[in-house]
Amino acid sequence: MKQIKKKILFGEYVSGIGLEKALSIKPEDVIKEIKDSGLRGRGGAGFPTGLKWEFAFKEESDEKYVICNADEGEPGTFKDRKLLTEQPEKVIEGLTIAGYAIGAKRGFIYLRGEYIYILKNIEKAITNLKEKNLLGENILNSNFHFDVEVRLGAGAYVCGEEFALIESMNGYRGEPRNKPPFPTQKGFRDKPTVVNNVETLCFVPYIVSKGAEWFKSFGIEGSTGTKLFSVSGDIEHPGVYELELGITLNELLEVVGAKNPKAVQVGGAAGICVAKKDFDRPISFQGLPPGGSIIVFGEHRDMLKVLKNFLEFFVEESCGQCTPCREGNYRLLEGVNMLEKGNCSYRYLRELLTLCEVMKTSSKCGLGQTSPNCFLSILENFKDEVIFR
Amino acid sequence: MVNIDICKQKEISGILVRFEKRRDSLLPILIEVNRIHGFITPIAMAEIAEFLEIPVAEVHGVVSFYHFLSTKKRGKYTVRLCKTISCEMAGKEKIEKILKKELGINFGETTSDGLFTLEYTNCIGMCDKSPAMLVNDNVYFNLTPEKVIKVIDELRKRD
Repeated sequence: MKQIKKKILFGEYVSGIGLEKALSIKPEDVIKEIKDSGLRGRGGAGFPTGLKWEFAFKEESDEKYVICNADEGEPGTFKDRKLLTEQPEKVIEGLTIAGYAIGAKRGFIYLRGEYIYILKNIEKAITNLKEKNLLGENILNSNFHFDVEVRLGAGAYVCGEEFALIESMNGYRGEPRNKPPFPTQKGFRDKPTVVNNVETLCFVPYIVSKGAEWFKSFGIEGSTGTKLFSVSGDIEHPGVYELELGITLNELLEVVGAKNPKAVQVGGAAGICVAKKDFDRPISFQGLPPGGSIIVFGEHRDMLKVLKNFLEFFVEESCGQCTPCREGNYRLLEGVNMLEKGNCSYRYLRELLTLCEVMKTSSKCGLGQTSPNCFLSILENFKDEVIFR
Repeated sequence: MVNIDICKQKEISGILVRFEKRRDSLLPILIEVNRIHGFITPIAMAEIAEFLEIPVAEVHGVVSFYHFLSTKKRGKYTVRLCKTISCEMAGKEKIEKILKKELGINFGETTSDGLFTLEYTNCIGMCDKSPAMLVNDNVYFNLTPEKVIKVIDELRKRD
């Protein structure tokens, strides 16, 4: 088994060390370190963090912004809740370093409305950091000024999508927009903006203080570092686990105490449903989606009901802007209801499978592009149970 | 041009003065009005539109987009039960029944005394402590029917 005892985020942390190191070197060198570490976005999409920073760094603008994406809405994920509750200083330190690297003086934390009870905690951390001169004016006498503000969401899953988040921050409906321009070119207030996930930012102070090579000793090639997994469902100890990327699903299940599960939803509702035959596959950017949400289903679960729950979620959370997603999810749910009643012909089902392909290729954002995954994977893995019931 | 009620205008202008006059203040303003008044009236929308110098329709468009912003008067306490997968598997149904019974209303309704509004919500990130619900800004987790009764009783007593 892989060395699952090694921890980063749940290991030691001294507030300010990463920031102090960052401020002592040039922004370009901070970006280079992050690039070399191979750190990729921990929100699900997995975009290389250093590269994103470099894009924003190269833009010329009087104002730039960094935003921490704390709109953790994927069903089954709660790692950011834990990070923001237990170590908000680390999140803010990462955000500050990001600000220094790209040349931003202001940062925002876009906190989902559902997590409003964590707001006080974050604000307390901001005050503490200001007292220690790790935030605010002239940080650690480096002549670098940086301030952080929390902005609340108001209950919209799609706002976790980078472009929708920017729209929401700008005071519009949280609808994903066409790209380009990318947020690193035209983001918050139409200025270059970097949006990073809470967990991604937490890794930053470590990488800056301990170096890219150290970070690369975790995980596998192309998927470096550890990852927080939010594990729930039919297991003995639900919770957040820090494990190295590249771990197989089987190894993970053993750690969390899952007894003989029938299926596992990897990567949340937008991820895929994996049956026993694929439990030996690794979780990485090249393997099973590393979004971090792991939902375990025991022998007794009805997978059609599970699928119905996911699709009801997508029907409600689709922003309704583009047709493939708005109508597609609705039709898939209708199909599931027909399957439940036993009046869905195989011929019609084939049409729905074609619809899935249309949604994947022609939806505007990640929501509609990934929502057919649960439908496809559950149908494929549990044919007897779901189709021929 | 919409006629703005002078009296109401004063009520929400107290909120507006705390915000910068720029488009990206819209969501924070709406959240604040919604928090203080419980919902956002057409008059409030018109006032916000005037303050930010944008069409009222745009304000309405934003209000209607977010689940937590309301255009209808709701109870003093909004109970939002999570209905997404992990909570469902952990026994959401029992909690659903007890909430309906204790409050005497269905989901989507408000009690006649104006105290409670009962709603569903999607994943609130409490999957490791499911079933879970939000009551206004607070979260309640590892719910059992007994626990729900206790929470409701306490909220009633508070009034």
